Amino acid sequence: MEHAVTHHAHDHHDHHEEHEQLKVLGFWIFLVTDCILFATLFATYVVLRTHTDGGPIGKEIFEVPGFVAETFILLTSSFTSGLATLAMHKGNVKGLIGWLIVTAALGLGFIGLEISEFANMVQEGATISRSAFLSAFFTLVGTHGLHVSVGLLWMIGLMVQLGRYGITTVTKRKITTISLYWHFLDVVWIFLFTVVYLMGVM
Amino acid sequence: MLESIKEFASTFFVTGDPLIYGADVSIALTSLAILFVLTYYKKWGWLWREWLTTVDHKKIGIMYLIASLLMLFRGGVDALLMRAQLALPGVEFLHAEHYNEIFTTHGTIMIFFMAMPMMFALFNIVVPLQIGARDVAYPFLNAVSFWLFMMGAMLFNISFVIGGSPNAGWLSYPPLSEMSHNPGPGQNFYIWGIQISGIGSLATGINFLVTILKMRAPGMKLMKMPLFSWSVLSSSIMIIFAFPILTVTLALLFIDRYFGAHFFTMTQGGNPMMYVNLIWMWGHPEVYILVIPAFGVFSEIVATFSKKRIFGYKSMVFSMMIISVMSFFTWVHHFFTMGAGADVNAFFAVSTMAIGIPTGVKIFNWLFTMFRGRIQMKTPMLWTIAFVPCFVIGGATGVMLAVAPADYQYHNSYFLIAHFHQVIIGGVVFGYLAGIYYWWPKMFGFSLNEKLGKWAFWFWNIGFYVCFMPQYALGFMGMTRRVYTYGWDLGWAPLNIISSIGALLMGIGFIFQVWQISYSIKHGERDKTGDPWNARTLEWSIPSPAPLYNFAIVPEVKGQDAWWIMKEEMKNGEEPKKAELEPIHMPKNSGIPFIMSVFWFIAGFGFTFTWTWMGVVGLIGVGLCLFARSFQYDTDYYIPVDEVKRTEASLGRVV
Repeated sequence: MEHAVTHHAHDHHDHHEEHEQLKVLGFWIFLVTDCILFATLFATYVVLRTHTDGGPIGKEIFEVPGFVAETFILLTSSFTSGLATLAMHKGNVKGLIGWLIVTAALGLGFIGLEISEFANMVQEGATISRSAFLSAFFTLVGTHGLHVSVGLLWMIGLMVQLGRYGITTVTKRKITTISLYWHFLDVVWIFLFTVVYLMGVM
Repeated sequence: MLESIKEFASTFFVTGDPLIYGADVSIALTSLAILFVLTYYKKWGWLWREWLTTVDHKKIGIMYLIASLLMLFRGGVDALLMRAQLALPGVEFLHAEHYNEIFTTHGTIMIFFMAMPMMFALFNIVVPLQIGARDVAYPFLNAVSFWLFMMGAMLFNISFVIGGSPNAGWLSYPPLSEMSHNPGPGQNFYIWGIQISGIGSLATGINFLVTILKMRAPGMKLMKMPLFSWSVLSSSIMIIFAFPILTVTLALLFIDRYFGAHFFTMTQGGNPMMYVNLIWMWGHPEVYILVIPAFGVFSEIVATFSKKRIFGYKSMVFSMMIISVMSFFTWVHHFFTMGAGADVNAFFAVSTMAIGIPTGVKIFNWLFTMFRGRIQMKTPMLWTIAFVPCFVIGGATGVMLAVAPADYQYHNSYFLIAHFHQVIIGGVVFGYLAGIYYWWPKMFGFSLNEKLGKWAFWFWNIGFYVCFMPQYALGFMGMTRRVYTYGWDLGWAPLNIISSIGALLMGIGFIFQVWQISYSIKHGERDKTGDPWNARTLEWSIPSPAPLYNFAIVPEVKGQDAWWIMKEEMKNGEEPKKAELEPIHMPKNSGIPFIMSVFWFIAGFGFTFTWTWMGVVGLIGVGLCLFARSFQYDTDYYIPVDEVKRTEASLGRVV
C-alpha cells in the first residue's frame, strides 16, 4: 500500500514535468510562427524599400548613434536575461529576480529610445502615411517594439509570480519560455539592424 | 438629441432592403426564443458549466460542428440568392451593390467560417481518440481557439445587419478594399472577423502538431499512425507556416485603412499586387490545408468499408507530406495575368502541374484499396466513391488552368468558378460530410438514418453536376465571375437556368440532411458497441460517446490498424493484458477563453467602426485575461480510480 502511494506521488510529479516540457515545445513552435510573421514583414519592407515617393530616404532619417545605442542596450538585455536563467538553475531566486529587473529596465530603455526615434521622424514629416517605404519601416520596426513591450509586461507578471511561489517546476518553465522569447527578439533585432538600418545608411 | 440618434441609427443599421428587414426580424425572434428557452428551462448554469467553459476536445469539436453547419446554411442561402439573380437575364432581384456583398460573404463564410470549423470539428473529435490520447496537448488553448473562431465569425456575420457587409470579394483585393474605394466599415468587418478567427486557427495548428508528435499511445510509431492523423499533421504544418502570412497581410491592409499608410494604395509608392501575392502565399496552402484532412477522412473510410488495409500506406504518407511542401510554391498561378513574365509563370505552371502527381497517387491508392474488397455502401462510403470522379474532373480542369498561356483565356471566367467549386465541394465538402457521417456515432452515440442520408446524397450529387457543369461552358462562352446580370443577346440564359436548378437541388440535399439529423436524434440506431462500422482504428475501441477521459487504460499499439489487430487477437482467444487503473490527470474547465474572446470581439467591433476607445478597451480586456490566466496555478485535477470504475461500468465495460 505504502509503495502504491509513493508510486502515485511520483507519477503526479512526472505528469507535471512532462506537461511543462510540452509547453516549452509548443512555445518553440509559436516562435516558428512568429519567425514567419517577421519574415513576411521583412519581405514587404525589402520590396517597398525604394518606394519613397520623393519623400525622405533611410539615409536622411536614420540616426546612427540612436540605433547603435538601441542595439547595444537590447544585446545587453539578452545577456542579462541569460544571467537570470543561470541564477535560476542555481536556485537563486533573488539573483533571478534581480537580473530580470535589469533585463526589464534595459528593455524599457530600448523602448524609450525607439519611441523618441519615431517621434523625431514624425516631427520631421517622415510619417507612416508619407510613403510606402515609411509605412513598411514603421510597421516592421514597430511590430518588433510591440513584441518587446508585451515581453516587458509579461516579465513583470512573472517577477510577481516568482516572489509568490519561488522557483518551482512551473515558474522554471515560465522563465525558460520568456527568455526564449527575449533571445528571439534579440535575433530579430540583429536582422532589423542589418537590413533596415545598416543597409539604409549605406 | 433625437435627431442625432436617428442619424446614427440610419448609418449604423443596414436599412432600405426588405430582405434585410426580414433577416432583422428573424434574428431578433431567434435570439429571443433562445433566451426564453434557456431561462424557462433554467439552463444558463448548464450552458456555462458544460459548454462555454469546457476544455474537453470532444465538446469543442461538437461546438465547431454546430457552428459550421449554421454557417453552411448562411453561405448556402447566399449562393441561392446569387443563383436566383443569375437564373435569367435582366432579373431585378438583387441590385449590383447587394450582389457584390453577397458574393463576398458567400466566399468568405464558406472558406473561413464553414470549411475551417468543420475541419477543426473533425480534428478535435477524432485525433485524440485515434492516437489513444486523453486530450489535446493544450486543452485550454484549444478552447481559446474555438472561442476566437466563434467571435470572429459573429463579428463577420453581424455586418449584414449592422454597418454593412464587405463587398470587395472573398480575398478583398486592394485598391478596391482600400479607404479610397471602400470607406465604410464593411472591409473592417472582413479584416477583424478573419483576423480574430485566424489567430485561433494558428493556435489550433500548433496544438495539433504537438498533440500528434507527443501524445500518441505507446507503440504507435509515426509510421503506424492512422492516415487521418497523418493528414492532420500535414495540415497543421501548413497552418503553422501559412497563417502568419495571412495575419500580416490583413494587418497591413488595416494599417493602410486606419493609419493612412501606403502598402497597397495606388499612390505614394503603394503596390496593390503586393497584397495579391501575400494573400495567395497564404491562400494556396490554405486550399491544401482544407483538402488534405478530407483525404485523410477518405483513407479511413475506404479501408473500413472495403474491409481491407489501406493500399500503399507509405505512399499515402509521402504524398501528403510532399503536397504540404509543394503547396507553398504554386501561389502565382492565381494571377498569371499579373504579367510577371514567361519565366516566372513557367515555374509556377510546372509546380502547379507537379502537385497533381502526389494527388493522383492517392486516388489510385483509394481505388486499389477498394479493388477486391468487400465494399459496404454505407453513406460515408457513398460520399467517398462520389468524390473520386468529381475530384478527378476538378483536378483535370485545374491542370488546364495551370497552363499559363491558356489561363489568359480562363482567368476569372466561370470556367474558374466551376473548377474551384468542383475541387472544394467535391473534395473538401464531400470529405467532411463523409467524415461527419462516419464519426457521428462516436460523437453522439447514435447513427444517422441511412435512407434519408441516401436521399441527401443523391440530391447533393446530382445537384452538384447540374449546377457546375454548365458553368464550365459558360466560362468558354465569355461569362466572367462577379457579373450581377447579363443580356438575352449573349446566349447564356439556358445554361444559367440549368445551373440555378442544380443549386436548388443541392439546397434540397441540405434540407434532407437537417431532416436526417433531427429524425435520427429521436429514432437513430443507438450505438451500444462503440464500433458500429466494424472499423480499424483506436477511436472505435472505446464506448460511444467516449467518456470524459477517453481511455480508462491507455492502449498498447502493436501495428497499423491497432483496433483491428486487437479484435483479431480477441477472436483468436487471446486475453487482453490486464492493466491496473490509475487516477487520470485532467485539465479543469475555465471561463477565461470565452471571456477573452468576448473582449476580442469588443476590440474588433471598436476598430471596425474606428471607435478607438472601444478597441483599446477590448485589447486591455484581452491583456487582463492573459494575465489572469498566467496567475492561475490550480489548473488541473485527478479523476480517482473509483470514479473511472463507476463510469466504465455504467458504459457496460469491465476494467
